[in-house]
Amino acid sequence: MGQEVSLDVSSHLHPAGSFDLADHPVPTGMEEIWRFTPLKRLRGLHDSAPFVDGAVAVKVEASPDVVVEHLAADAAVRGISGLVPTDRISARAWDAATGVTVVRIPTEVVAAGPTVVRHIGSGSDTASAAHTVIVAEKFSRATVVLDFEGSATLADNVEILLDDGAELTVVSLQDWADDAVHQSTQHARVGRDATLKHVSVSFGGDLVRHDATAEFSGPGGSVEMLGMYFADEGQHIEHRLFVDHTAPRTKSNVVYKGALQGQGAHTVWIGNVLIRKIAEGIETYEENRNLVLTDGCRADSVPNLEIETGEIEGAGHASATGRFDDEQLFYLRSRGIEEFEARRLVVHGFFHDLIRRIGVESLESKLAETVEAELSKNVLKAL
Amino acid sequence: MATLEIKDLHVSVDTEDGPKEILKGVNLTIRDGETHAIMGPNGSGKSTLAYSIAGHPKYHVTSGSVTLDGIDVLAMTVDERARAGLFLAMQYPVEVPGVSVTNFLRTAKTAIDGEAPKLRTWVKEVNAAMDRVKMDTAFATRNVNEGFSGGEKKRHEIVQLELLDPKVAVLDETDSGLDIDALKIVSEGVNRFKQNGDKGVLLITHYTRILRYITPDFVHVFVNGQVAEEGGPELADELEANGYDRFVSAAV
Repeated sequence: MGQEVSLDVSSHLHPAGSFDLADHPVPTGMEEIWRFTPLKRLRGLHDSAPFVDGAVAVKVEASPDVVVEHLAADAAVRGISGLVPTDRISARAWDAATGVTVVRIPTEVVAAGPTVVRHIGSGSDTASAAHTVIVAEKFSRATVVLDFEGSATLADNVEILLDDGAELTVVSLQDWADDAVHQSTQHARVGRDATLKHVSVSFGGDLVRHDATAEFSGPGGSVEMLGMYFADEGQHIEHRLFVDHTAPRTKSNVVYKGALQGQGAHTVWIGNVLIRKIAEGIETYEENRNLVLTDGCRADSVPNLEIETGEIEGAGHASATGRFDDEQLFYLRSRGIEEFEARRLVVHGFFHDLIRRIGVESLESKLAETVEAELSKNVLKAL
Repeated sequence: MATLEIKDLHVSVDTEDGPKEILKGVNLTIRDGETHAIMGPNGSGKSTLAYSIAGHPKYHVTSGSVTLDGIDVLAMTVDERARAGLFLAMQYPVEVPGVSVTNFLRTAKTAIDGEAPKLRTWVKEVNAAMDRVKMDTAFATRNVNEGFSGGEKKRHEIVQLELLDPKVAVLDETDSGLDIDALKIVSEGVNRFKQNGDKGVLLITHYTRILRYITPDFVHVFVNGQVAEEGGPELADELEANGYDRFVSAAV
């Protein structure tokens, strides 16, 4: 038996965590947390595919004043965020990781420019495991980009810790080659009066499953979770979010937007929010919007909100999945704008506000260009 | 020179009970320089006529013809109609999230003219057009119609009318929901457009109020999907005094 740690999440939608692999039987696909995922395409990550080092290289371009270390897997920093695996892949990746990449923003440092942690895959035949820890010390401010590219079969855990008053933006960019399979489990613990902006962008990969969770270690913390994804033919992109309001007067705001095109494109968005009894005076809102661009796509969207105290500022959620709005297209076309250009405008418009909210300047044009490239694959070509 | 000719136009929409005919043989010719007012009670098919001319996919033309200078409009796509010189100012302009007014206007102007407008003069033109309808130029950076009041949306339609400068403008209840000041501003915009060459205007309205500011050459009373009576501006005065009762009861 390994360490016995329980996450003690009382939400029925979220299983208790454990470091012991025996507590995570091989999923059958019937489990709540697995029912949307095509297990056969996970290349055994969820079962017992062996992990081998070397297929995914980690390269870091650090901003000045940001400290980057590559430590052995037994480094004490592991677990600092309170991450306890809640599924078998995360637990296996925890066991298998042979090292840990640590990004530390020292106290009161305001980092100039983003620190980029690149995971570069060189092949998807063997499974890889990785572990990253990001620590934003007191009153520091920084942006960290986790960039995933190339071909890989990767399971990784990312821990994010914000000390009091820290302001941190973490962007996880799943920009994989078409054959990649990736599960990323990212957990954040947000300190007193700290502000986390967590951004997940998924474009590439055959199957990308992304768990992002956040909890609060003190009052006054704030979490903004933004996401955008674009699923093509045959692609499965799954985002599972969980904000655990474990402290009073905390805030969370979740906005995920996705577009789907092509036969078998499948996106899943699960937005869980738990407001614990102690979490008085909190405010939360979550929103998911999907734009279905062609026939043959499927978007699942499930917002869940559990409220254990009524003494809150506000709580709400919204989910909408739809096709192109005919009235929008008609309006644009009635001004002479050709159909393909009208569709392009609408899709760019759909993502525009979100891209702006991400607020990482160096990413904005890249994201807009990626949307353009995705559009040219299918929607515009068909016209 | 532009003539919009509508001949024996029949239009249906799909309903749960099958297709329903809304326009039942409309005949109307708008020559250049002419302003025609179409007036009629709610549900008479006025807006259907406007949207059918513009090519909204909801409306199916079952017979008849619409031509612009002899060219078949019905064979054109929605955007081709606009590029041919037709403009529809909508009663309920549509919000387009994430698309700025600036981007929208420039894209539309480029599409209509077949080339991008010159940047320096274009910005001035846009600002001037917004000034004329007393629209704060800050609207240029906002998303198309998003969060605009009813009056702001209508002013934005007039800005587009002036910038895109079509041959024939169809104004679908542009006066609805406007207070008197906004009504005057919008009317002045239409009058400027009319003076800017030989323009055709098809002004669809429920009320006679706007006709005090935009003088029609012809007034058509629209009842039950057809033109029930035609006349000069004096017909509007009669409607002002007596309402639609005479026409509605005659049609039943």
